[in-house]
Amino acid sequence: MTDAQTAKKPRLPDEHGVPDPFPFMHPLLKKNYGNWDWHDRPRPGVLHHVSKSGDEVWTVRAGTQRQMDVGTIRKLCDIADTVGEGYVRFTTRSNIEFMVGDFSKVPALISALGAEGFPVGGTGNSVSMISHTQGWLHCDIPGTDASGVVKSLMDMMHHEFTHEEMPNRVRITTSCCQINCGGQGDIAINVQYTKPPKINHDLVANVCERPAVVARCPVAAIRPALVDGKPSLEVDEKKCVCCGACYPPCPPMQINGADSTRIAIWVGGKHSNARSKPTFHKLVVANLPNNAPRWPEVEEVVRKILYAYKDNAKHFERMGEWIDRIGWPRFFELTGLAFTKHHIDTWVGARHNMNMSAHVRF
Amino acid sequence: MTGEAPGNGTKHPTPLLDELESGPWPSFVTGLKRLRDSGGKQYAAMMNDLLGQLEHSYTNRLGYWKGGTVSVFGYGGGVIPRFSEVAEKFPESKEFHTLRVQPPAGYHYTTDLLRKFCDVWEEHGSGLIALHGQSGDIMLQGCKTENVQKAFDAVNEMGFDLGGAGPALRTSMSCVGHARCEMSMYDEVKAHRSMINEFLDEMHRPSFPYKFKYKFSGCPNDCVNAIHRADFAVIGTWRDDMKVNQDEVKAYVAKQGRKYTIDHVIAMCPTRALSLNDDDTLDVDNRSCVRCMHCLNVMNKALAPGDDRGATILIGGKRSLKVGDLMGTMVVPFFKLQTDEDYEELVEFARTIMEFFAENALEHERIGETIDRIGLPTFLKGVGIEPDPNMVKHPRTSSYVRTDDFTDEADKYFERKAREQAAE
Ligand code: HEM
Ligand code: SF4
Ligand code: SF4
Repeated sequence: MTDAQTAKKPRLPDEHGVPDPFPFMHPLLKKNYGNWDWHDRPRPGVLHHVSKSGDEVWTVRAGTQRQMDVGTIRKLCDIADTVGEGYVRFTTRSNIEFMVGDFSKVPALISALGAEGFPVGGTGNSVSMISHTQGWLHCDIPGTDASGVVKSLMDMMHHEFTHEEMPNRVRITTSCCQINCGGQGDIAINVQYTKPPKINHDLVANVCERPAVVARCPVAAIRPALVDGKPSLEVDEKKCVCCGACYPPCPPMQINGADSTRIAIWVGGKHSNARSKPTFHKLVVANLPNNAPRWPEVEEVVRKILYAYKDNAKHFERMGEWIDRIGWPRFFELTGLAFTKHHIDTWVGARHNMNMSAHVRF
Repeated sequence: MTGEAPGNGTKHPTPLLDELESGPWPSFVTGLKRLRDSGGKQYAAMMNDLLGQLEHSYTNRLGYWKGGTVSVFGYGGGVIPRFSEVAEKFPESKEFHTLRVQPPAGYHYTTDLLRKFCDVWEEHGSGLIALHGQSGDIMLQGCKTENVQKAFDAVNEMGFDLGGAGPALRTSMSCVGHARCEMSMYDEVKAHRSMINEFLDEMHRPSFPYKFKYKFSGCPNDCVNAIHRADFAVIGTWRDDMKVNQDEVKAYVAKQGRKYTIDHVIAMCPTRALSLNDDDTLDVDNRSCVRCMHCLNVMNKALAPGDDRGATILIGGKRSLKVGDLMGTMVVPFFKLQTDEDYEELVEFARTIMEFFAENALEHERIGETIDRIGLPTFLKGVGIEPDPNMVKHPRTSSYVRTDDFTDEADKYFERKAREQAAE
């Protein structure tokens, strides 16, 4: 090989895989790894963990905007370096945590975070940060901008993030398409398409692998067709459930529309096994407008649900457990929301979701 | 023209996005603008056009990105290509790819490490980083095609690697667990790293029927939402009796009151396994306890998991596409995780499951869908697991099944039970 050839040869990757976290872990966490004894919360946003060795560590948790510019990340680093101990971690809900070995450092951390506009909270029975997907900023199939919805809702729920006043923790998620990259939640704010895909027949043959697209449809509504002499696809609009599954593999099957892409709200999802088994969230409202930049209609419904829960649930009842106790009729009554034929499941296994008893609430 | 604001140096107006700068929650728009207004930085013009395109989306309520093919040398996945469909209006952000980078297990960072990521992304990318994606990646968002390899090389030199995308093993996630949680019942970092790092080839060179995700939670509180979102969920649990510190129980009752304790601990146990004695000590019916975690969470100082520790393994969780959401279901009630050999066995078990998936799933089928299609008994047979009543809510209610080998199966069950008893 000549020098020119070797110089051009690209570098082969080092397949490091999942990095070892110990070099980046707070020394007290490393020292007491697997040896913790108990914890409590001196105030919202602050955790205090005690090890069997007697060591103690305090954690200050703060909300972030998740998509951060390097300026924001460096600001958080400056806080950790000046009033913290230089070690942080993130939660699965994009909160940042600052660990310190000395309680006297906690007030300075809290005020430094406050001064820079990072809300301290998200612990215990609070509304934590909404775990969310991406949206218009980066996704190739988005129906909305999850980041904007989340910013609007977290503004509304700021007090509930910074206080622990809920009956139990409230975990909210959003997804900006019906694939639902976001998780299950006590409340979920998800895109809901309302119209079958609009097909650009000029492009289908070139862009889409037609048999794969036919196979992708969960209700077999797509079939190959010749349109204006060109091989394309057509959709049986009576069968189509507007799920959008065909859109990622075949972008000429546009599922989104400025007005037809709507937002639905779901409640009662839970992943923890505490008390009741984990559950999926259930539909409560559909067809809310995708009203950027602030989504006021969505905010209004989330507010109603959140405060009906706050005012009525018992301590430790999660959203779904509260509804299990009071029943769906009372839930719709307390929230002032409508129950319609669309709430009655028609998907595979729907019958298991009906009331197969004479139990009734009035 | 790099570094300057677009063409004539004007900023795109962003009246709708501006509305997302008010209110108390930190604003991602303010961050995007800071990047746009960064003067001499190479990404300033890109971020101006990015803001322009985003405002265009907010106005028309539609997205304007399409996929494509971009990768780094040696890998088939890990970069999410994004090309603008409105590049004629916003040329500087016509390419805006994302690198998915696997974070340290448990998301631990020193400020030094975060600053290094900032430096790399300031040099080669947009300066915009999402911490973290829903699968768990550090998402370095916004890179021109020509810079993707350079950015990856820099990150790779730091000791970091790309995550998964496409029909492949995906980036995984583990809870804080052993590092700072008294509930943690196995070493999440060890499990997470030994599993994923054993199968990196499946992550970097996609060849599965569809995606495959692992998630690791140290206990049934399941802080990383494994049961809903992982094809293979490892959730810590224990097998022997829970530990009760009766002095702390009494202290709890003295502080909270008897009624509160009964209403919020005793009565909330899902299997009525708890009983408060007249002297304010606690009785636990450990055979009825389902390890839900409620009483341990609430009486944190008084109660603790036992010593015989490991994990429950649930298979088949996924979100909506295309058959609807599936919950992971129990396939291994208890996998002991204490010695190095136990962890090696877990890796081998994972290999068996993934091989079964690779060989038997249809294209674009998640393993939960495969199990639904072939039935759990066939899956269990395929991966060499014996049936266990912990796997079901209740036995079947339909009589439509062929049972002529029932007696043989029952004999096997009794033999297995006898073997297990002898081993104890
Ligand atoms: C083609 C368009 C898609 C885009 C742009 C997209 C984008 C994303 C992104 C950015 C994440 C976070 C990733 C990370 O942390 O590294 C994610 C996670 C996720 N995606 Fe997608 N996705 C797409 C398709 C799908 C499909 C087809 C499915 C379902 C079958 C899906 C299901 C999920 C789920 C469930 C998560 C969350 C994962 C978890 O918790 O592990 N996505 N997606
Ligand atoms: S899942 Fe369990 S062990 Fe892990 S952090 Fe949460 S409570 Fe702790
Ligand atoms: S862990 Fe759950 S099931 Fe077990 S005793 Fe406590 S509350 Fe009951």
